[in-house]
Amino acid sequence: MGRYVVRRLLQMIPVFIGSTFIIFMMMYALPGDPVRALWGERAPDEAQMAAIKADLGLDDPILLQYWNYLVGLVQGDFGTQIQSRREVIDVISDALPATLRLTALAFLITAVVGIGLGLLAGLRAGKKTDRGILFLSLLLISVPVFVIGYLYQTYPGVKWGWITPTVRDSENWGELLLPALALASLSLAYVMRLTRSTIVENRRADYMRTARAKGLPQRRVVGNHLLRNSLIPVVTFLGVDLGNLMAGAIVTEGIFNINGIGRTVYEALNAREGATVVGVVSFIIIVYLVIALLVDLLYAVLDPRIRYA
Amino acid sequence: MRGARSAKWVASAIVVALAATACGGGDDDGGDGGSDGAAGNPDGIVRIDGGEPQNPLIPMNTNEALGGLVIDNLFSKLLDFDDEGQIFMVAAESVEPNEDNSVWTVTLKEGWTFHDGTPVTAESYVNAWNWAANVTNNQNGSFWFQDIVGYEDVHPEEGEPTADAMSGLQAVDETTFTIELTDPVPYYDYKLGYSTFTPLPESFYEDPEAFGESPVGNGPYSFVEWNHGESIELTRYEEYAGEDAAQNGGIHIQAYDGLEAAYTDLQSGNLDIIRQVGPRDLPLYQQDLGEDRTVAQPYNGTQTITPAWYNWEDTPPEVLQGVSMAIDRETITQTVLNGSRTPADSFVPPGVYGYEAGASGDITTFDPERARQLVEENGGIPGDRITIQYNADGGHREWVEAVCNSIIETLDVECVGDSKVDFDTDLEAREANEVESMYRGGWLADYPLNVNFLKELYASYAHSNYGRFDNAEVDELFAEGDRAATLDEAVALYQEAEQLLWQEMPSIPLWYQNVNAGWGPNVENVRFDTAGVPVLNEVTVNE
Repeated sequence: MGRYVVRRLLQMIPVFIGSTFIIFMMMYALPGDPVRALWGERAPDEAQMAAIKADLGLDDPILLQYWNYLVGLVQGDFGTQIQSRREVIDVISDALPATLRLTALAFLITAVVGIGLGLLAGLRAGKKTDRGILFLSLLLISVPVFVIGYLYQTYPGVKWGWITPTVRDSENWGELLLPALALASLSLAYVMRLTRSTIVENRRADYMRTARAKGLPQRRVVGNHLLRNSLIPVVTFLGVDLGNLMAGAIVTEGIFNINGIGRTVYEALNAREGATVVGVVSFIIIVYLVIALLVDLLYAVLDPRIRYA
Repeated sequence: MRGARSAKWVASAIVVALAATACGGGDDDGGDGGSDGAAGNPDGIVRIDGGEPQNPLIPMNTNEALGGLVIDNLFSKLLDFDDEGQIFMVAAESVEPNEDNSVWTVTLKEGWTFHDGTPVTAESYVNAWNWAANVTNNQNGSFWFQDIVGYEDVHPEEGEPTADAMSGLQAVDETTFTIELTDPVPYYDYKLGYSTFTPLPESFYEDPEAFGESPVGNGPYSFVEWNHGESIELTRYEEYAGEDAAQNGGIHIQAYDGLEAAYTDLQSGNLDIIRQVGPRDLPLYQQDLGEDRTVAQPYNGTQTITPAWYNWEDTPPEVLQGVSMAIDRETITQTVLNGSRTPADSFVPPGVYGYEAGASGDITTFDPERARQLVEENGGIPGDRITIQYNADGGHREWVEAVCNSIIETLDVECVGDSKVDFDTDLEAREANEVESMYRGGWLADYPLNVNFLKELYASYAHSNYGRFDNAEVDELFAEGDRAATLDEAVALYQEAEQLLWQEMPSIPLWYQNVNAGWGPNVENVRFDTAGVPVLNEVTVNE
């Protein structure tokens, strides 16, 4: 187990270097020069442009630039933004907390409500409850997230005045609830469908009959035997989804005006702020890698037949 | 939460009250409806939409709207412009040229202080400008000082600067300094109205980086705090010596990344002013907010479609006049653009000194018959095909298609939009002379004088002349204007040049940009100037 974890952690290093290299090169290959963009429509002052480039090391050959970036990164230096002259690490740490909170809340909603409703539907398969939940999940899957977002914003926000339509204070969990609901809606529907189908399948399994025959109370039969065995595909999905929620919150962040990672990356991409884009994307890559590892380890907890050597 | 809710009740009560007075008197001026001045709250905070400034908050480094919104309120310029583009003094007592316009003497008003309490002197200006012009200080506004004698010493084309001060800038005494120019400029005072020409306090030079995060200015508001990506707070400067002192307690600039979210906040009372209504809400905002709480007026920005002359050189200008007449500006601005533009009738927008209504003659009037005739008689459009290059990230697609449809319908030629993913890519193609046929051009006034809309775009040597228009006669008229003895003569010569441009058609003016803004019931006396910027110091707050 310990050796397995160490091996997986070591594997992350080449993945990390490879992915930062690819993104760095892609940013470089994009048309448009971020220093030139400082002057907008106006023709730039050549001498000033050269001085700024020299100051930021942007006139070095691209491979040297990447090497310098990597050396800085190892020492915890994420570089400097070209336009704002701020440290990239400050820019990221301004935006990260809001995104983490939003993601955590959306993830919680997805997991709790999704598995709960999925379980309910699975146990009542074919009954009215099941059909009701099927309808709900189809609705959530078919309506795009920005429509749901604008609906949440317009009705409880503007028309009824229950809540502020945009997020003023990203540390206020109450304000984050609506955006989190909008963000979670699609994953929620998938988790419901996924849980329901595995529950329906496993409900008729031999071990279920055995458990019942042993005279176990219904709660233990469902909780320990049925749910635990049915959760493996759901956990896989939730793991991947956690990364998706974090990286894919950009639409929701836009609608509810949340100063998060999605907005930061989008703006940095438009302004060709390579260091910022690579920094944020590297962070998201690390999150994906760590979650993938955690999901694999969770399999062993859920199903004792799975062992890692 | 409870507090917020009760505030909203009060707000709706005010709406009812205003509606009642409007019914009684038929007075359409909400600002003077009786609720300003004494009745309001002199310490109320004005909440306006904004965003993260692109650059550190130094006036010489700020050239975009979001940083400008902050800088304009923190710093007072030497002089400013009224709605006709005429100059009035702000921090300066007078700005006077010598006989041949080569040396300008600035006299400052007495008793002005920076927000840290130190006095504003002639040195504060001279030192700041010398610092900003220096190439090693990496200010993107450094080129503004290029007219001053000694600029090459601090800002050489290549290599290190050989001096740290421009010899053309001299402080005479506490409140007087002179600016010596390499070539006479009869309208140099107009350039001095740009926010780059502001003073900096002594404390700036100790740590410019820290200053960029927490600036100290000489304007009606002083800086409080900047929560990156979220908000910027300014408060009224009590010791302000100018005449445009703040009529409210301060400004809260809330960052938004979409115009829609800002509009939603305005509707629900979480915001007082929005500077621009997004396309989604344009059709309805005047109904939603009420006529007297919205504005739709042109500001000093133009939009054109400009032919790349390297692909049009064998085509007579009459063909372009025909293309211009083939575009139904009136209908497109009303329908597709929902009144967010005003049809152009000049190369110069109306808030600019030197604008003449109807300067285009009938070239900007929709006239399908005449358009067809002009194009056909002069050999037609090259390849019977027009493309309009634009950047896809600027919301231009809709009108480019509408313009194309107008051209197709009238002239029966092919016309398509050529979209570049973003503005950087668009500019790169323009700079590399790779525009296939025409490109979308936009220009915002640096200073409200017709010179700025003509010389910077259509002189053969102008850097922003991406269409590569080259006409010796036009260049000569510009040069004559720059040699003129007085401002009025210069403006008249440039007007003459504009008439010549209508014969040569270096580009096809489409319309002027409008500011479509709105405000909520908690503020009064909201006004936008001809740069499209809200005059925040005049705003009064009710609650």
